[in-house]
Amino acid sequence: MNLKLELGYIKISDIQFSNESKVENGVLYVNPEDIINLVKEDENIASCAVDIARPGESIRITPVKDVIEPRVKVEGPGEIFPGVIGKVNRVGEGRTHVLKGAAVVTTGRIVGFQEGIIDMVGEGAKYTPFSQTLNLVLTMEPVDGLRPHEHEKALRFAGLKTAVFLGELGRNVEPDEIETFETLNVKEGIEKYPDLPRVAYVQMLQSQGLMHDTYVYGVDAKRTLSTIIMPTEIMDGAILSGNCVSSTDKNTTYHHLNNPVIHDLFKAHGKTLNFAGMIITNENVYLADKERSSDWASKLCQYLGVDGAIVSQEGFGNPDTDLIMNAKKIETVGVKTVIITDEYAGRDGRSQSLADADPLANAVVTGGNANMVIHLPKLDKVIGHINFVDTIAGGFDGSLHEDGTIECEVQIITGATNELGFSKLSAR
Amino acid sequence: MGKIKVVHYVNQFFAGIGGEEKADQVAFKQDGTMPIGAQLEKGMQAINPDVEFVGTIVCGDSYFNENLEKAKADILEMVKSYEPDLFIAGPAFNAGRYGVACGTITTEVQEQLGIPVLTGMYKENPGADMYKTKVYIVPTKDSAAGARDAIKKMAPLGVKLATGQEILASCIDNYMPNGIRKNFFETKRGSERAVEMMIKKLAGKEFVTEFPMPDFDRVDPNPAVKDMSKARIALVTSGGVVPKGNPDRIESSSASKYGEYSIAEFDDLTEATHETAHGGYDPVYCNQDSDRVLPVDVLREMEKAGRIGKLHEYFYTTTGNGTAVLNSVAFAKEFSQKLVAAGVDAVVLTST
Amino acid sequence: MVKEIERAGIPVVHICTVTPISMTVGANRIVPAIAIPHPLGNPALSMEEEKVIRRKIVETSLQALETEVDKQTIFEVKY
Repeated sequence: MNLKLELGYIKISDIQFSNESKVENGVLYVNPEDIINLVKEDENIASCAVDIARPGESIRITPVKDVIEPRVKVEGPGEIFPGVIGKVNRVGEGRTHVLKGAAVVTTGRIVGFQEGIIDMVGEGAKYTPFSQTLNLVLTMEPVDGLRPHEHEKALRFAGLKTAVFLGELGRNVEPDEIETFETLNVKEGIEKYPDLPRVAYVQMLQSQGLMHDTYVYGVDAKRTLSTIIMPTEIMDGAILSGNCVSSTDKNTTYHHLNNPVIHDLFKAHGKTLNFAGMIITNENVYLADKERSSDWASKLCQYLGVDGAIVSQEGFGNPDTDLIMNAKKIETVGVKTVIITDEYAGRDGRSQSLADADPLANAVVTGGNANMVIHLPKLDKVIGHINFVDTIAGGFDGSLHEDGTIECEVQIITGATNELGFSKLSAR
Repeated sequence: MGKIKVVHYVNQFFAGIGGEEKADQVAFKQDGTMPIGAQLEKGMQAINPDVEFVGTIVCGDSYFNENLEKAKADILEMVKSYEPDLFIAGPAFNAGRYGVACGTITTEVQEQLGIPVLTGMYKENPGADMYKTKVYIVPTKDSAAGARDAIKKMAPLGVKLATGQEILASCIDNYMPNGIRKNFFETKRGSERAVEMMIKKLAGKEFVTEFPMPDFDRVDPNPAVKDMSKARIALVTSGGVVPKGNPDRIESSSASKYGEYSIAEFDDLTEATHETAHGGYDPVYCNQDSDRVLPVDVLREMEKAGRIGKLHEYFYTTTGNGTAVLNSVAFAKEFSQKLVAAGVDAVVLTST
Repeated sequence: MVKEIERAGIPVVHICTVTPISMTVGANRIVPAIAIPHPLGNPALSMEEEKVIRRKIVETSLQALETEVDKQTIFEVKY
């Protein structure tokens, strides 16, 4: 028995407020009261406002916490976001419906420094994929005195619950398109494609601390050892973001659900390579953890007997060391690597791009220089809070000008230099 | 718009004077173009008809390299006499001494005369590694058989340089990577490029990394502190410790400044007195007790116990997170001079 | 930063968690720290226990500064 997942894409062409929440003729109708009631089930959330932001509208959303795609499991075991919203149960098989083109965006007065901007139009829109999605934006404020990690959790759950609620509206809608993903077991894969090189995907998960976390089936990734996961499990929300770190190169939950490395490996699967499996590993703050996790990632590559491994990073700074350790150790066991990262080369592009380096990491794909300065126009409407622009990562004292324009580094933009290779920005 | 004047530099071979036996040719100038210059001129004129090659400077490769100072000075004067908008040397292909001469003279013209310059050569030409971070070098094939290809790449870049247009990323404007990283939009997303690079790497085919691994330089260690009980010790941190409220608003990431703060009045850093401006790691632990990043409490005790002579009055702080290396180099250069001036004997640097 | 301080003629000890980065960037005297968010502390311990650890790390750093080195050296802390 092989693992097979069908993704049924319901193409959403607009979001509109309505008395009844439903999906009809490609339009997602949302009754904001439904969302507010759902979100306020959590007594830690004092207020929630619901807005719609469409591509091309003069809207700026900031600071952005997470972006989530609405999905629903219609066949097969488990539920979306297992171990978090759904019960702990194996996912990644059967059929899942996707409200393609729609997204839930969470914002509010958010803990920590590092959350981004989504501009729906203008210069900033070029750098974020979420200027192209129809966004249902939740602006949520916590009750007084809520501790930062509880605040983060409240917002995380509110966003996920909303996405699940919207996804559910697509349960009985006939998808416009169905795409099938099948993972063969190791033995069958080798038998079926004896002449193709076998390639694994090693995904590094941000796991540096309270506000820098990723969850796998509900488990905090910093408490995990590197392990094997099925790529289709990711499509059902097995991995999700609890991250407040650097918006430019953190993976939102939307990025995880649509992990482009998985999709592009599937595309090449059976043609130019055999997508042999996926390994997840973390990026912890202890050196011993870094050594152990990269040891295990390389050991699993070695055990699977793959010829190559694509390694994607998340975040920057000390995770550069995890990345280099992974590349070095995986190369050392005889598996060829390609790594995906981004750069912090300074506003003039002249500085050292990565914090760590090794000659064995000789095949690098880059999402671009996050320090590059960009200028954002004033937009008509701000959803969230504009007054954080000077202090979130990529902003600086004086970033927000009196006339509403912004001068900042591109790293302020959500998803700008994404290290899953989600976007086309690069540098040389 | 008036003429766009270009001066071209070639060696004895491309001037049609002769091969190795004429390599001691003394530098001279001649109005107009030599054959390869004429092709280059034509290529540039196809893009911008105002381009005109006003003069050509010829110099033997041996002469240039053996009489370096005189050759440089003479050629500078010749270039100056034409008042050009652009100076082009070569392409040198894989001719080693010619490549070095092209790199040397273009660098000289750029620095001394402030004129945009361009050269071209094979990637393994020794001149390439020597000068690619100083001047724009177009990568060419390894012999003059690649002239057509070289001109196709040099002409558009030459026009851009001569007319002051913005130079885009090296892979778009076709010059050797020069250490200055420039963003641009690829036609394919990163994950797809990674899969393609992987297939090439597995097949043993040539692939081009988008970011070549850097070499890091080294500094020799300074001698040890002889008598710690008399030494003045300073604290420096990249962990972003700042007085409560971050008075200078040091950025959480990509810091454009560093902080200099007195700790003379503190025996212990607390939640009430200090915090971190650092955005790259969980700030909670440092905000609760900044001694966890900047060990003032312990060093103060050691000062009292006579283990160290003196804890320096000021500490220096920045956020290492996403801060360009050259920025932190500039900060450190500046405050290191302050530390030297203050008679600091050793530094304890903490990072997060 | 560490190299610029060294270049200015002042011996410097680098206390950091990710010693491989410190090696790569070229620090000469390196002392391993506890963890990135709390290099010289451990919130899992009591304040007193933390201070004991902190004292050991700082003492090791001072010893590193008192030691002549001719190449990059990591001074392990004895807990």
